[in-house]
Amino acid sequence: MKYARLVWVNMTRNKRRTVLTTLSVAAALFLFVSLRSVNTTLADAREVGSESRMVTRHAISIVFYLPESYYQWLVTVPGVRSVSWADWFNGIYRDPRDFFPNFAVEAESYLAMYPEMVIPEDQKRAFLDERTAALVGSGLMERFGWTVGQTIQLRSPIWAPDREWPFTIRAVYTPTNPSFGDALFFFHYDYLYEGTSRRAQPGWYVLEIEDPALAAAVAETIDEHYRNSQAATKTETERAFQTGIVTMYGNVGFLMNAIGLAVFFAILLLAANTMMMAGRERTSEVAVLKTLGYSDRLLFALVLAEAASITLIGGLLGVFGAKLAFEGTGFQGLGLLPNFQVKWATATAGMAIALCLGLASGIVPAWQAARLPVAETLRRVG
Amino acid sequence: MAIPVIYNLRSVRQRPVSTLFTALGMGLVVLVFIAMMALSRGFRSALVATGSRENVIVVRSGADSELISGLGRETVQTITGMPFVARTPDGRPLASPEVYVLVSLERLGGGDALVVARGINPEAFQVRKNVRIIAGRMFNPGAPEILVGENIVGRFAATEIGGVISFANRDWTVVGHFAAGGSAFESEIWGENEQFMPAFRGEVFQSLTFRMRDSGAFQSIRQTLEDDPRLPVDAHREYDFYANQSYLLTRILSFAATFIAGIMAIGAIFGAVNTMYAAVSARAPEIAVLLTLGFRPLGVLGSFLFEAALIALLGGLLGCLFSLPLNGIVTSTTNWQSMSEVAFAFRVTPELLLRGIGFALVMGLVGGFFPAVKAARQPVVQAARQA
Repeated sequence: MKYARLVWVNMTRNKRRTVLTTLSVAAALFLFVSLRSVNTTLADAREVGSESRMVTRHAISIVFYLPESYYQWLVTVPGVRSVSWADWFNGIYRDPRDFFPNFAVEAESYLAMYPEMVIPEDQKRAFLDERTAALVGSGLMERFGWTVGQTIQLRSPIWAPDREWPFTIRAVYTPTNPSFGDALFFFHYDYLYEGTSRRAQPGWYVLEIEDPALAAAVAETIDEHYRNSQAATKTETERAFQTGIVTMYGNVGFLMNAIGLAVFFAILLLAANTMMMAGRERTSEVAVLKTLGYSDRLLFALVLAEAASITLIGGLLGVFGAKLAFEGTGFQGLGLLPNFQVKWATATAGMAIALCLGLASGIVPAWQAARLPVAETLRRVG
Repeated sequence: MAIPVIYNLRSVRQRPVSTLFTALGMGLVVLVFIAMMALSRGFRSALVATGSRENVIVVRSGADSELISGLGRETVQTITGMPFVARTPDGRPLASPEVYVLVSLERLGGGDALVVARGINPEAFQVRKNVRIIAGRMFNPGAPEILVGENIVGRFAATEIGGVISFANRDWTVVGHFAAGGSAFESEIWGENEQFMPAFRGEVFQSLTFRMRDSGAFQSIRQTLEDDPRLPVDAHREYDFYANQSYLLTRILSFAATFIAGIMAIGAIFGAVNTMYAAVSARAPEIAVLLTLGFRPLGVLGSFLFEAALIALLGGLLGCLFSLPLNGIVTSTTNWQSMSEVAFAFRVTPELLLRGIGFALVMGLVGGFFPAVKAARQPVVQAARQA
């Protein structure tokens, strides 16, 4: 540690260069952390799905509806504890850009099935008792500055496009697990049903099963039962269902990783260049230090330490800058990346990359410093 | 007199590693920028190429996509009987009432995707000039046969000619492949509307696309259709209708391109600043000589800016070179505005390459500016003494 001061003095000798390099590393790490967080957010979206809940949808695709009458039979399937259903409402608040997911659900059974949503008991009662009531995530409340008791209007291009649907916010939930999302909007299926002159049908059924081990058997039973009916079904665990939705994004993960790699190499080149410039300037000093008895190994370590300090400081700025920036602005990727957040694991990975950058960029000048022939150098400098 | 260009060229060659590192760094920034923009362009052009300006697409009023639209047979018949609909030589309307649904199919690489299944009538190939069968044959009326778009082939199971795909409780035989000028139609499955209708949603079409007799008359056609009390419909120019479905994703991709390349550019500019400052301080004596010889400070400034631009140009060219292999690579994503999967190719256009080089030059000039100013302001005597 007694050499810390020497490293510091070397860093501050060309302040402008050090600052610029630090900032460029910060920019790179900011970007790296952002890209990585897109991937972790999508990975989380898969995990939301539970293994003890299943989704039954129309076999052709999710855009087809299932008859309400299926409920009667589904509750009798062995292994199924309870059944609820939901619809994608596609409601638009003010402008399509204010997108948030909103669902019509069979409220009583749905809430019982999703303990992930924590709702104050009185609010839950108020929500269940009122046909036009809405249950809203705490994040969504914050985003639009809504208050409990407020009435808001949504339009739905799918369901009766020419009219507004008023909803009164009666309950707010907070998720037990952040990945569940705090920006969802639920209301009563009955309201949808009446509002569409009874045209609405369930979009999908959610089943709670007694034991995750029964999932395959339950899916088999249900899909076999409806195979030759007008609305054949496809049943899978909620996790598989969610995974299917996430894969619809296409190869985002690969794209993000490829860009991340390009960023890494671009900054590696720049940082290495800086360190080599710094090394070149100090050739004579290194020779003097060697004359004073500094060992090759020590000089090697000193140059590496300097490079790593620069990139680690840059890394701290970039990684935590990103964490604060995204958490402060509540960035959601236009609604396509709900719960976007920089995880601690990502931050740690970012710092590890910063360290690698430092070591990789310092290795050549460090090696040069260690191998420097003293006598010759001093003679050249005169 | 300006300082000769050869001076800069030689100076750059004096420091090959430093120059190359700086240029490569910028090249990677340009590469990422071009790649992201090529993605955005490719997606947009697939959707823009989908619609024609000569066609009108009619959907239920208020529907922003075909998926949530619905048109009864009477509505379709009323419209196709109207005088502004173009006709075939034998007098049939050039119009295709279509069934549009999404079918969940398994991708060969794993995972499901929602693919558009479009039920058409035989006139569709005349209404849409950009669509043609490239292998196999047209489906026979009344048969459970389908055509598969070029971009689906090879990405989903059983899409080869003779393959059998099951959906809606029936087996459908692939009898042909079609191309559609790189448009989103190439990501669709086409069958006969009268076959698809009972298999999916029953007696309802989702859209009607027809050729206008006079494509300049669109505004009045739209007025006529939307004002008709019998017709609860919206009419759009087909071109605008599909182009509009691209705006969300195009916006996201362009935003991402700007955001990512912008932040990378900051890093690269700082790198260029470092390189140029180092160049300026290493060459202080030379600069002093130049100034003593009578070159103006402005000339020195210009010379160093030119040198920065030269390095940037090298970087820009490298970036362009790296990006060329991307051109034409097909990728796919779900277009959330229509919920369907769309395959499209990276489009690295000459215009995009020029923008990449321009981007590199801006980085070079911004990065080179302050060092160049420092060079120009060099006090001659002091610098000369340093030598």
